[in-house]
Amino acid sequence: MVQKIYDNALLALDGLLFDGMVIAAGGFGLCGIPETLIDAIVESGVTGITAISNNAGVDDFGLGKLLKTRQIRKMISSYVGENKEFERQYLSGELEIEFCPQGTLAERMRAGGAGIAGFYTRTGVGTMIAEGKETKLFNGETYVLETGLVADLAIVKAWKGDPYGNLIFRKSARNFNPMAATCGKVTVAEVETIVEPGAFDPDHVHSPGVFVQRLLLATHNEKRIEQRTIRQEAA
Amino acid sequence: MPWTRDDMAALAAQELLDGFYVNLGIGIPTLVANHIAPGVDVTLQSENGMLGLGPFPTEAEIDADIINAGKQTITELDRTSYVSSADSFGMIRGGHIQLSVLGAMEVAENGDLANWMVPGKMVKGPGGAMDLVAGVGRIIVLMDHVDKAGTAKFRKSCTLPLTGANVVDMIITNLAIFQRPDRRSPFFLKAIAPNVLPDEVRAKTEAHYLEMPA
Repeated sequence: MVQKIYDNALLALDGLLFDGMVIAAGGFGLCGIPETLIDAIVESGVTGITAISNNAGVDDFGLGKLLKTRQIRKMISSYVGENKEFERQYLSGELEIEFCPQGTLAERMRAGGAGIAGFYTRTGVGTMIAEGKETKLFNGETYVLETGLVADLAIVKAWKGDPYGNLIFRKSARNFNPMAATCGKVTVAEVETIVEPGAFDPDHVHSPGVFVQRLLLATHNEKRIEQRTIRQEAA
Repeated sequence: MPWTRDDMAALAAQELLDGFYVNLGIGIPTLVANHIAPGVDVTLQSENGMLGLGPFPTEAEIDADIINAGKQTITELDRTSYVSSADSFGMIRGGHIQLSVLGAMEVAENGDLANWMVPGKMVKGPGGAMDLVAGVGRIIVLMDHVDKAGTAKFRKSCTLPLTGANVVDMIITNLAIFQRPDRRSPFFLKAIAPNVLPDEVRAKTEAHYLEMPA
């Protein structure tokens, strides 16, 4: 069996990081983010990163850690409203942002991973998102051309993984992780549990191992909650 | 007396029909879920990849892996399914979601919507709003009638960068409801909050609209 399991995040990222690289990360908000791998990238000191991620974390958690250390040069994201440091760096011109509607971002990652160079969508037509982009009429409606995204490295978080790199995600922590896994030239997955070969029902695998080159047991599973919202139990 | 946020949410909830799949935006639109009439079967969708949203959890039920698009903790129902964000937006762009309720900074009389950016000031990003207005068949906006400076938010044209062009079907503010039968028609005044006079609505609205049908 090809050995995909690595002992820790530093070993799993060995030889993959370089200045000016493009990194795609799974996660929505702070849910389903690869906490262990983000910490290892902070530690590596690699700079000039273009990060493809729906959000930018918060000031001291998630990709926010890489913003704080100025390791990210550009973000391709749909929403960065939870990160004050992001806003400061952007408004002062230190950080570049390519805003991408959330569904378009998911589809750009999916397309990049599936060998689709571009696709037409109605999303963003008539807005500044479509400025400078080719448009085309289909059945009398205007669509805008968006391009697929490919990253030098994709980092994802899954609930369970097996030694073949098959992944199962948990609940809404799935979000962008399956698309991120497909769009990396190399994909590293951190998982909460590593299971024995054959433990998965093949019908239940969310991301098949073909997309995952390296796998490690996640050691950071804080799963911080951004908006802890509760209901009062009826008396 | 102007409508409260809960009143506005309750008015929007009347537009949710039996069997609808609905996406509720962040803020006041989230309150709409509290006002769905008994017997009306509605499935709520959250664009991060959850279909069939339950109520907020109790302290004991909190699960960090179950959140809605507002990053709030939420619970499952017996109908719940999870999908990737790509599949979730497939539901949205593919026209499988019947209705979305969103907030707004500005709406124009031609149905243009602006709710994602104030250049040089607020840099948050569109999130899923642009996909929702492009793909969902019917869009209802919930917003205050005027902004904090007292400026009309229902305008001749939007001054802020657009979220979508000609995408709004109904506007519910704290003072009035505006609606239009289709996206080629102008808005008409459908209802006014109790004890609010038509003149006040007129004075606080920049957009052209048709008067209430008799």
